[in-house]
Amino acid sequence: MKKLMSGNEAIARGAYECGVLFASGYPGTPSTEILEEYSQYPGVYAEWSPNEKVALEVGIGAALAGARVLVTMKHVGVNVAADPLFTISYTGTNGGLVIVTADDPSMHSSQNEQDNRNYAKFTRIPMLEPADSQEAKKFVKIAFDISEKFDTPVFLRSTTRVSHSQSIVILEDRIEGEDKTGIYKNPAKYVMVPARARVRRVEVEKRMSELREFAESFPENRMELNDPEVGIITSGMSYNYAKDVFPRYSYLKLGMVFPLPVNLIREFASRVKKLYVVEELDPFFEEAIKAMGIEATGKDIFPYTGEFDPGIIETSMTGRSAERVDLPTLSLPQRPPNLCPGCPHRGLFYVLGKLDAFVAGDIGCYTLSFMKPLEGMDSTICMGASIGMAHGMSKALKEKGAGKIVGVIGDSTFVHSGITPLLNMAYNKSAAVIVISDNSTTAMTGLQEHAATGLTLQGEVTGKLDFTLLAKAIGIESVRVIDPYDIKNTKEVMKEERAKDCPSLVISKGACVLLKKQQKVKPAKPFTVDPEKCIGCKMCLGLGCPAISWRRFEDRDELKIYKKGKKQEGISSINSFLCTGCTLCRQVCKPEAIAEVTDNE
Amino acid sequence: MNNSGKSILLAGVGGQGIIRASDIMSSVIMEAGYDVKKSEVHGMAQRGGCVSSHIRYSDKVFSPLSMKGGVDLLISFEKLETLRYLDYLAPEGIIIINDEEIYPPSVNMGEGEYPSNVTETINEYFTDVTVVSASSLAEKAGDKRMTNTVMLGALSVHLPFDPNIWEEVLKRTFSGKMSEMNISAFGMGRNV
Ligand SMILES: Cc1ncc(C[n+]2csc(CCOP(=O)(O)OP(=O)(O)O)c2C)c(N)n1
Repeated sequence: MKKLMSGNEAIARGAYECGVLFASGYPGTPSTEILEEYSQYPGVYAEWSPNEKVALEVGIGAALAGARVLVTMKHVGVNVAADPLFTISYTGTNGGLVIVTADDPSMHSSQNEQDNRNYAKFTRIPMLEPADSQEAKKFVKIAFDISEKFDTPVFLRSTTRVSHSQSIVILEDRIEGEDKTGIYKNPAKYVMVPARARVRRVEVEKRMSELREFAESFPENRMELNDPEVGIITSGMSYNYAKDVFPRYSYLKLGMVFPLPVNLIREFASRVKKLYVVEELDPFFEEAIKAMGIEATGKDIFPYTGEFDPGIIETSMTGRSAERVDLPTLSLPQRPPNLCPGCPHRGLFYVLGKLDAFVAGDIGCYTLSFMKPLEGMDSTICMGASIGMAHGMSKALKEKGAGKIVGVIGDSTFVHSGITPLLNMAYNKSAAVIVISDNSTTAMTGLQEHAATGLTLQGEVTGKLDFTLLAKAIGIESVRVIDPYDIKNTKEVMKEERAKDCPSLVISKGACVLLKKQQKVKPAKPFTVDPEKCIGCKMCLGLGCPAISWRRFEDRDELKIYKKGKKQEGISSINSFLCTGCTLCRQVCKPEAIAEVTDNE
Repeated sequence: MNNSGKSILLAGVGGQGIIRASDIMSSVIMEAGYDVKKSEVHGMAQRGGCVSSHIRYSDKVFSPLSMKGGVDLLISFEKLETLRYLDYLAPEGIIIINDEEIYPPSVNMGEGEYPSNVTETINEYFTDVTVVSASSLAEKAGDKRMTNTVMLGALSVHLPFDPNIWEEVLKRTFSGKMSEMNISAFGMGRNV
């Protein structure tokens, strides 16, 4: 059967078809849908772990017990999982272990653009890279075969464009694997004390040389000999882009991007006159190819940054681009993503933005509050960084920082990597204030459950981390719970907590509006602006709510009747279809011009 | 794209149903027997940002992304957004615009201007431009959320697929009453 599938759906399908029964991961664009899709298949176990390190360790445990295991994460997730990763390369895996790293060239939804092919080389773990959904499904299966044949974890590298583009996939039946699970003790292999690690270290190099040989005849390292004038070495999505513009050139398409098939590359290079290396991000192939003494053109003409498209490849290689209409340069208003109308983060960050304080922020929907008009956050580095940074800053500043250092983190991010730094604050007697902006979900990546939501990936009811009890248990004595829809109280609590010279935790609790919509919670009555009362002070616009807009008298003559003073330039207006009745705007409106829509309106 | 295929670009604002529309269209293309690839970046679409979806079909498609100057059909769900993607169009490219205006935050806040003469600007550079009141037609058909289906109807006359295939896919996509309503919304778009 043929089906249109995204790369992520295809990866999940591939794992299912080849008998994988166990998967773990942590959400992160563009990898999230793999586990969500996989968990829908009958008879499989899948879990959201609290972070990527745990997900990998869970996966390692299952693999050592003989299961075939898929572990998924986005590119930066591999940084978090790096510690076990480097050593599982030494021990080998017993059952097949495939780790998906979904990279994000162009940083569509990431804080950096790291090229995780480097991890393959760094950890000596072989890596496959599919170019479309059909290949994604096929390569997962091959990855498991390689993993089991060579007793090694295997990376499957995807990029945003592969994960999130759809193409036609031919579905096959599931092949039930033989159940090999059991308890396997092998301390020489699994207890990595120095003496044994030294032995395994040598094994890794043996395995590498076997894998190098395997790569030479691996059918997915494919030579397509056409026009001998130009040869292109490439992989993944870049292959599609290049093929699109130069269908007649010769290609060496690498399905395995590490280790590289050295002899095959030499042979290909000898069969073409001019050699190009087409790869997004780092000159990973190019450096290896040049180190072999082969002349090739790569990053001297192709960009180092951002994802490619067919146009970029054509322009880089020929200096020309497709004929197109000569358009004037238009300066268009941008349309950045924004916190939703009714978002619980808004009230909190409205208050944080007005504090005389450094707000060490974190990653999640709430990061959008860094923008005008809220400007509620002063730093974002990686998941969990807010808490450690706030503590470090407050220690370095001593009295100068008293009451001026706040850290803020989302609930999923807190579970991911906020607990240990909070423990550190208690242990090292911090004076900073930490706020958990708890919207009861992982909103940014599409509403995933986590250990503090009370539901598993499959939606089963389970235990629920209690932030207050946790804080008390680790030694944070001052813990407050606030309602972020109450601006006045939020301000007061922030003031009181900042005045203390001990670490304190504020839990700002309000469910995500998208989550409420999904749960079909009926929104409150929308609000409206009484134009008779609006004095045009723009206080409500300071909330940056997409439902509130500004109407200038200059543009609309019919509104001029509402002009109250010489200085008033317009009035605010609320879109009742977007408004969820969260009341924030009513709270900031001094002339009390904002009220609930009455039924006859 | 070569003679047997086309490159299509759908553009608009998060929440307008662009991803659903491009899903429907790619299913129709697949059912019509072509190779098809589609790609959109939907990172934070629900949060009101720009959304665009590339769809390409042919006997064999490599890249899911079109190059600038390579798009045959631009279907824009929001007026201003049309301007953002004009450079993707081939010189003889066809444009279909929904005449809805959705103000971006800076305009809402009174800090930026919404361009006043979008269609005029476009008409200066392209000859085959159709403006459709898709949002109001959808409302007439019973639900504004069917704007995307009206747009698909308007697009369908430029594509060689049997209307029956469209109808079948629409039937499959929507259930109950919505299925009939979407088929009629599709018809309204097809007849503009
Ligand atoms: C190591 C790592 N893993 C995953 C991600 C992707 N990611 C960014 S923030 C986030 C969680 C957001 O959830 P939460 O903290 O609850 O904030 P919300 O979006 O709900 O406001 C995720 C999964 C990442 N940036 N880094």
